[in-house]
Amino acid sequence: MQQVLIDQFSATIRAAAENSQPLNIRSGGSKSFYGNPASEQAQILDVSPYQGIIDYEPTELVITARAGTPLTDIESLLHQHKQMLAFEPPHFADTATLGGCIAAGLSGPRRASTGAARDFVLGVRILDGTGHDLHFGGQVMKNVAGYDVSRLMVGAMGTLGILLEISLKVLPLPVVEQTVCLEINEAEAIEYMNRWAGRPLPISATCYINGQLYMRLSGAESAVRAAQTQLGGEIYPAGDAFWKSVREHAHDFFKPAVSLWRLSVKSTTPPLLFPQTKQLIEWNGALRWINCQEKQTAGSIRLAAQKTGGHATLFRNHTSAAPVFQPLNPALAGIHQRLKQQFDPAGILNPGRLYPEF
Amino acid sequence: MSTNLINKLRAILPADAVLHETEDLKPYECDGLSAYRQTPMIVVLPQTQSQIAQILQLCHATQTPVVARGAGTGLSGGALPHAKGVLVSLAKLNRILEIDPLTRTARVQPGVRNIAISDAARPHGLYYAPDPSSQIACSIGGNVAENSGGVHCLKYGLTVHNILKLRMLTIDGESLEIGSDGLDSPGYDLLALMTGSEGMLGIVTEITVRLIPVPEKAQLVMATFEDVQKAGQAVANVIAAGIIPAGMEMMDKITIHAVEAFLHAGYDLSAEAILLCESDGTAEEVADEIERIQTIMKSSGATRITTSQNEVERLRLWAGRKAAFPAAGRVSPDYYCMDGTIPRKHLANVLKGIETLSRKYDLRCMNVFHAGDGNLHPLILYDANIPGELEKTEEFGAKILEMCIHAGGTITGEHGVGMEKINQMCTQFTPDELSLFHGIKAAFDPQQLLNPGKAVPTLHRCAELGAMHVHSGSEKFSDLPRF
Repeated sequence: MQQVLIDQFSATIRAAAENSQPLNIRSGGSKSFYGNPASEQAQILDVSPYQGIIDYEPTELVITARAGTPLTDIESLLHQHKQMLAFEPPHFADTATLGGCIAAGLSGPRRASTGAARDFVLGVRILDGTGHDLHFGGQVMKNVAGYDVSRLMVGAMGTLGILLEISLKVLPLPVVEQTVCLEINEAEAIEYMNRWAGRPLPISATCYINGQLYMRLSGAESAVRAAQTQLGGEIYPAGDAFWKSVREHAHDFFKPAVSLWRLSVKSTTPPLLFPQTKQLIEWNGALRWINCQEKQTAGSIRLAAQKTGGHATLFRNHTSAAPVFQPLNPALAGIHQRLKQQFDPAGILNPGRLYPEF
Repeated sequence: MSTNLINKLRAILPADAVLHETEDLKPYECDGLSAYRQTPMIVVLPQTQSQIAQILQLCHATQTPVVARGAGTGLSGGALPHAKGVLVSLAKLNRILEIDPLTRTARVQPGVRNIAISDAARPHGLYYAPDPSSQIACSIGGNVAENSGGVHCLKYGLTVHNILKLRMLTIDGESLEIGSDGLDSPGYDLLALMTGSEGMLGIVTEITVRLIPVPEKAQLVMATFEDVQKAGQAVANVIAAGIIPAGMEMMDKITIHAVEAFLHAGYDLSAEAILLCESDGTAEEVADEIERIQTIMKSSGATRITTSQNEVERLRLWAGRKAAFPAAGRVSPDYYCMDGTIPRKHLANVLKGIETLSRKYDLRCMNVFHAGDGNLHPLILYDANIPGELEKTEEFGAKILEMCIHAGGTITGEHGVGMEKINQMCTQFTPDELSLFHGIKAAFDPQQLLNPGKAVPTLHRCAELGAMHVHSGSEKFSDLPRF
């Protein structure tokens, strides 16, 4: 039974805490490439058996599922009811589960218009680093009772607790989606994306690659048609496949890579110039993927991102020893460590996966 | 002791920005929840971040409690002063520092009024979406502290969804930047943690908000129902049809009557419930959506459907809903506003429960409801001059909140816990969960100087209350009587 599994996880955590034995929380393993590597001494805690959709009522716009539930199960159920996970999470493998999706906190092409994974999390059930079974948030849209621990879990890479159950807000699928494509230079594309984003148009995704600006329109048929006339450009018939390939990093741009950097920057940042790299732009200019053909120094990329008020993540890496996430300043690092200490006093939950210090 | 502190504060601030005479302190004794009052020891009115940092350093060094206050419109006593503390009013930090139409952001100080941001952005065709009903008065800093919502938040989100970056000061006066100029930032989501933290973790001194395009068009459908259950089902039917309305509000009969007498908005007095359902977007989208909404209302049993034909009509129909609070003030000397949120499917049962309680306590209760997102605002009508009536009202309110928890909801959707709902926190959370909240507080403010005693009850308090934790609409042995 499901409670037996929770009791087992909890016992494993308590034993690990007692013996200072680090745990490597694992489910589908689709994102094990992401983040800093797990400690070599870590013992794998497989949470994938804790799976299944607990509650889904389309008219409440909420789904609650166990962390080990395959993301494809959730998405196909939602699709049957013409609904979706509006943050369009990347899977990166068929084995992707809801827990990993939330722990990694990654969002896809729709993020700039509709919101990120953290924006859709309504509640969580977790086991903290002492094995306590805790609930935060809930299954309602609005909830300000207590600190927002649910959203704190998103992108925490499992360092604050083991996700057991997650409630998410879902949205209706757009009635129509249409992709248009414009040939344009990079600087102009960045300006265009930002200008159009300030207009009341149903643009749900943007991507600039190889001199082409792709824009996806989503909504009522009449609205999509009207927007298409305003934006100009050519209709790109293979839109669905294109956005999926960008989301899943299956697009040619992403391979082969010596290292792949993800830069989250101010959307109006002018074209970033790094030698020996290819770039792909998403989120109206706020997300820049840099595919390095040769070894780039992490320092120069991090500095460039920082200058724009953003940060850089070494997303996929085959050579560098640089830490994956942009280092935190001492004051913020202090708060992170003290929070970690509260959730996981023995420091056993995925230590080092987010930052080497904890 | 306070003389010493006053002198030190005067070294940081001009003399007229340090208030300590009783008559000067009086206006700060409560926020929007006037049932709770406390005169602070000192009120300070800083004008710059560096002054606030020095105030915090001083309070930290002298172990003096600090309570931050924005416009004082909060409804849960979150800005209730501390008798031995310094109340920091952020009202003078009221400048809009930058509007960037291209990145669609505004950088503002915490004392800026919510609506002032939208007013400043409008020439660029942009606005700030969260619109709490107090938006003409409430400050953005207070919105961040409470994670304020509004009528349009089903479609456009709460404060947490609409801010990008915060500058804040910790209790020892250190400045931190949370969030980034991009759409995310490395490490833990401290932006989410800060939002709705009720002034317990730090003092926010600058906020970067997201602006969105003003929709080309908005149109409103008003539907009348002779049965609350049917109105609730109509809401579900709209959502099931794949429509996310810009706003979806419900009023019950007693509210309709109070509002109509006050404002003559043209509401149907024979109705048991009225639904207001708004569509916004491009002209094409709105035309399409409004037609579908009308069809759904009709098939859900609406007895009368009115659709706004122009802005004047749209605003007139909204005016009634927006006037629900003043209308309550007109039919009763005092009213007490609750803020529970429930899964929408339990609406009819919860309303029935409220009706039963209303009879039991012999107090009238108006119900206005953010129907799209399940956020109920029962307004209990009472008279504070009748001895014992406030206590009775509070008990009635507490029972409503417990009912919301039983239904799988929460004690507060958008007003915050503050002082008001601190006891109900013991019902919503287990001791382990409350302990973790205290741990989060300690990670920022180990000496508990920021807004002490609010938002999270001590375990001792819960034990004394003997409140029983209820989880997710189920309780063990629910058939047993409870005393």
